[in-house]
Amino acid sequence: MKNVIAELYDGLKSLFIGMRITIGQFFQPTVTVRYPYETLKIPARFRGHIELVRDPATGQPKCFVCKLCEKACPSDCITVEGIKPEGARRKTVTSYRLDFTKCSLCGSCVEACRDGAIRFSREYNLASTSKDDFVMDLFQRLEAERRATEKPGSLDGTATGSSLVAVDPTQRAAAGVPAASASAQPKRLETTLEAK
Amino acid sequence: MTQALSILTKEPLRLLVSLVAIMSFVGLNAAYLVWVERKGAARFQRRPGPTEVGPAGLLQPIADALKLLSKQLIVPDGVDRTLFRLAPMLVMAPALAGLAVMPFSRALAARNINVGLLMIFAFGSINVIAIMLGGWSSRNKYAIISAARVVSQDVAYEIPMLLVVITMIMITGTMNLNEIVQAQAGGFWHWNLFRVWVNPLMPITFLIFYICMLAETNRAPFDMAEAESELVAGAYTEYSGMGFGVFFMAEYANILLGSSLATVLFLGGWQSPFGAFSGLIWFLLKMYFIVFSVVWVRWTFPRTQFYGLLNLSWKILIPISLFTLLLTSALLKVLPV
Repeated sequence: MKNVIAELYDGLKSLFIGMRITIGQFFQPTVTVRYPYETLKIPARFRGHIELVRDPATGQPKCFVCKLCEKACPSDCITVEGIKPEGARRKTVTSYRLDFTKCSLCGSCVEACRDGAIRFSREYNLASTSKDDFVMDLFQRLEAERRATEKPGSLDGTATGSSLVAVDPTQRAAAGVPAASASAQPKRLETTLEAK
Repeated sequence: MTQALSILTKEPLRLLVSLVAIMSFVGLNAAYLVWVERKGAARFQRRPGPTEVGPAGLLQPIADALKLLSKQLIVPDGVDRTLFRLAPMLVMAPALAGLAVMPFSRALAARNINVGLLMIFAFGSINVIAIMLGGWSSRNKYAIISAARVVSQDVAYEIPMLLVVITMIMITGTMNLNEIVQAQAGGFWHWNLFRVWVNPLMPITFLIFYICMLAETNRAPFDMAEAESELVAGAYTEYSGMGFGVFFMAEYANILLGSSLATVLFLGGWQSPFGAFSGLIWFLLKMYFIVFSVVWVRWTFPRTQFYGLLNLSWKILIPISLFTLLLTSALLKVLPV
């Protein structure tokens, strides 16, 4: 009898302790990141698909079409084309095709690059309804980016510098950018992702 | 003659106004308690809960209702059509009927009858029958298991609940809810919950009432009837659209009724805790606090096992409530109250 009452008392007490803990949690701030209104900060070493790096001095791509990345790629997803302009010392890139459907993000291309001309982008928002959208021309992508930063607002608004506008991922399909653009790149959302 | 005429015009009007008021009160509360439940559940788990539809997700219940109303009401092959359709109607009725005698404030009650408490419990049992009918008529194994569980659970918990209520009736000497509230006037120490000089086990009596209320309304941790991880949706498995919606609303309507009953019986109804400014606001505050605590309990404790549930009632709650009943009656005989 004594044991029964002690057990009852302990059980009841544990119930109230449980209730106290949950009400404590109730008044704590929430921890949810309300994507797509908010996003976490992307880590500095995040590996997105690769992108070309611009030479800050000339504004042109650093790439001089040595094709080491093409050779380093285990999945054959890189095709680089370039021309040598009259009087120039090096070749310049005219087309840098990345077949992201085959890329395994191993990073061999970035390691192989002697001049630091390619790096990992910080793009992760790559949903699309068409497989073709993932065969992208990184040179065209860089050019589009350049045009957008030179004349803000002249291109599609999402590529402009530090826009804080939240973009719903569902609007991407509606905008039809990946399918419509000649360069067939998925629309960039990097700016919104870095908003927070 | 004029008196007869005024009765003829006044009574139907009073009936109509009460009916509309209670139905809208129950409907609105049932819809918005779903929102409270979802928000509460979210906050207990440190989530924001519904946010998209309207400010703070306040239009979510309306969106949910529209969705449920627009869905087809499927009556599956092999079900007992009459009972299958009847069950959702029956399940909502007891909550509406019970609130008809609920004194929201000194004068605000649809009907102030002498046997209000008895009436609430008489109608309250219909709720169980309705869920059982829903489960039985569905011709679905999960639904039938759920129906069997509901019956054994509610038989088990009706007993301690009624024993507690008998204790309360003995103390107050009336079944009129308004008189029960009036007997608790003048400061919170006069509330039945704190009247330890009448019965030193009064807080425990309240606890038993509260546990039985949770079990009677099939709320977690006693939600054996719905037990989604075991029985899909229990007795509601075969219901679609608003058929399910009505069961869902009835659950909250019954919580509302149970909470108001707990308020009236133990927390002094519309009496203010300081002895002044009594009124509707205190009733609502106390009632919603209990409703909140029901949500709080749900998101704190896991579901009990079925034998644990029956053991709790037959081995613990019934003996204790019988003991408090005997103790109260003995004390009432001995003490000059």
